[in-house]
Amino acid sequence: MAKLKLTLPGRRFVIGVPSVWLVVFFMLPFLILLYISFVDMGNDISPFKPIWDSETGLLKLKYENYYSIFQSSDGGGLFQTIYIEAYVRSIWYALCTAVLCLVMGYPFSYFIARSAPSLRPALLMMVMLPFWTSFLLRVYAWKGILADQGVLNQTLLALGLITEPIQMLYTDVSMLVGMTYVYLPFMVLPLYANLVKMDIRLLEAAYDLGASPFKAFWLVTVPLSKAGIIAGFMLVFIPCVGEFVIPSLLGGPENIMIGRVVWDEMFTSNNWPRASALAVVMIGLIVVPLAVYYHFTGDPAEARH
Amino acid sequence: MKKLLNRYFGKAWLAVTFLFLYLPLFFMVVFSFNNTRQDAVFTGFSLRWYAALMRDTKIVDGFWLSVQVATAAGVASAVLATFAAFVLVRYRRFAGRTLFSGMVNAPLVMPEVVIGLSLLLLMVGVQNALGWPQRGMLTIVLGHMLLGMAYGTVVVQSRLLEMDRAIEEAAMDLGAKPFQVFFLITLPNILQAVLAAYLLAFTLSFDDVVIAEFLSGPGVNTLPQVIFGYARRGINPTIYAAATLLIASVTLVVITYSVWVARQTRKREREIAAATRAELLALQAQ
Repeated sequence: MAKLKLTLPGRRFVIGVPSVWLVVFFMLPFLILLYISFVDMGNDISPFKPIWDSETGLLKLKYENYYSIFQSSDGGGLFQTIYIEAYVRSIWYALCTAVLCLVMGYPFSYFIARSAPSLRPALLMMVMLPFWTSFLLRVYAWKGILADQGVLNQTLLALGLITEPIQMLYTDVSMLVGMTYVYLPFMVLPLYANLVKMDIRLLEAAYDLGASPFKAFWLVTVPLSKAGIIAGFMLVFIPCVGEFVIPSLLGGPENIMIGRVVWDEMFTSNNWPRASALAVVMIGLIVVPLAVYYHFTGDPAEARH
Repeated sequence: MKKLLNRYFGKAWLAVTFLFLYLPLFFMVVFSFNNTRQDAVFTGFSLRWYAALMRDTKIVDGFWLSVQVATAAGVASAVLATFAAFVLVRYRRFAGRTLFSGMVNAPLVMPEVVIGLSLLLLMVGVQNALGWPQRGMLTIVLGHMLLGMAYGTVVVQSRLLEMDRAIEEAAMDLGAKPFQVFFLITLPNILQAVLAAYLLAFTLSFDDVVIAEFLSGPGVNTLPQVIFGYARRGINPTIYAAATLLIASVTLVVITYSVWVARQTRKREREIAAATRAELLALQAQ
């Protein structure tokens, strides 16, 4: 039987097209980013200086871009910089969001997976539908809902539950509501995919052996869905760390995350080398949890869909 | 009793979560028809925000730019994703395969800010060296392609993996050339996934604000950029009107697509059933 085997030029073409594209538009930009993170800040016309000294022609790496992230020049202690604060805050929000998504999404995915098989595609479609409409607009809607004079406060006032509006917008509340809202489907989809495959007979066996429903759930269902939990957690945590739009719309000045800081360094302070260094450190923040994730499961791309 | 509780608890949890997911959409649809600017009390029905939307040249121009960008990025991403998926599934061994698969998947986990920043640095470098391209539509399309390709590859890859290769081999046996096999056998088989990749890339591009903010030039603003600019300033029901139109069209597209997929699946099942029947009849006739 003939094997589908392209001739050598054909094979080269098929591999070459996406490879060249990725090298030019993914690898090269990253190398430039890395390069600029090690050079001196320039002037208005050319925002960064070349990496070699113009007189001696020697290579000079400027590590200060990285030092200044961890230690401020005006005498603050180690790790007491606005950058470290922004990194820590980003990780904190991402963790809180992932936990909230898990708490809300686990029972949700569980009950979808246990609903009638004929109902499941429709329910999943209902999860995906808001996901396909503009993320920006859905975040913006929360601004109207959570505002001091917004629907939620007005409703609570009308019901007599509160006597004056609570400030929810531009606080941790609005940040976490917005992030949980946007990232919930990322938690639900891998969890559902995992829970729907579970062998119900294992639960029946647990019941037969005298386990209470809660105990059976805790000792059988939860451990079996570990891979789904980890996948969902990562799919929420990783994009949350770099979130830019939600803190811009729903957060206050105290809720600035690292994505915004990179932006401000780039366009407000015009400090390209520091913006690049911050971005490189940010990649590090993503790679570490990802390595842990790889350790537990296989390919992250496969869990995503 | 416990089972009953479990059942109602389950239904209630589903209902509350769906309410949470749909509340913002519902909110925007309702208040897009309000006749005053405030969005806490519905004071009366009007279409004034839709009229305002049509008159808003920034939004209308942004919309057309976004349609062009998303169409271009969608088509290009789908083509590149098909290439990349084909390489990943069919060429198990070649030099640099690990690097290749890493580069394909990396944009999935890379923060958009980092993608935007690094591409901006590339574009600035190229522009300084060659005087081209100006930051604008082209650079936004290139940025969105990176994202669209990564997501599209995952979709096409999973379809290619489950495809039956025997039919390709049959075509080869019957003398088809490799590119004929691809266009006559492989592509029709994975077309649904390629289309899904296109839709996904289109949606990602149509929705993206971060990469566009980094890569757009002066006076070039996609619809999300215009909305983002308005949204940071405060309440503007014109945006609710835009959202309502978007929700309506997305719902329409998603429903049309799923009906199409369901019909395709049924058609294929019918053909398989018919072929099986014909085979049985032929056997009986012998």
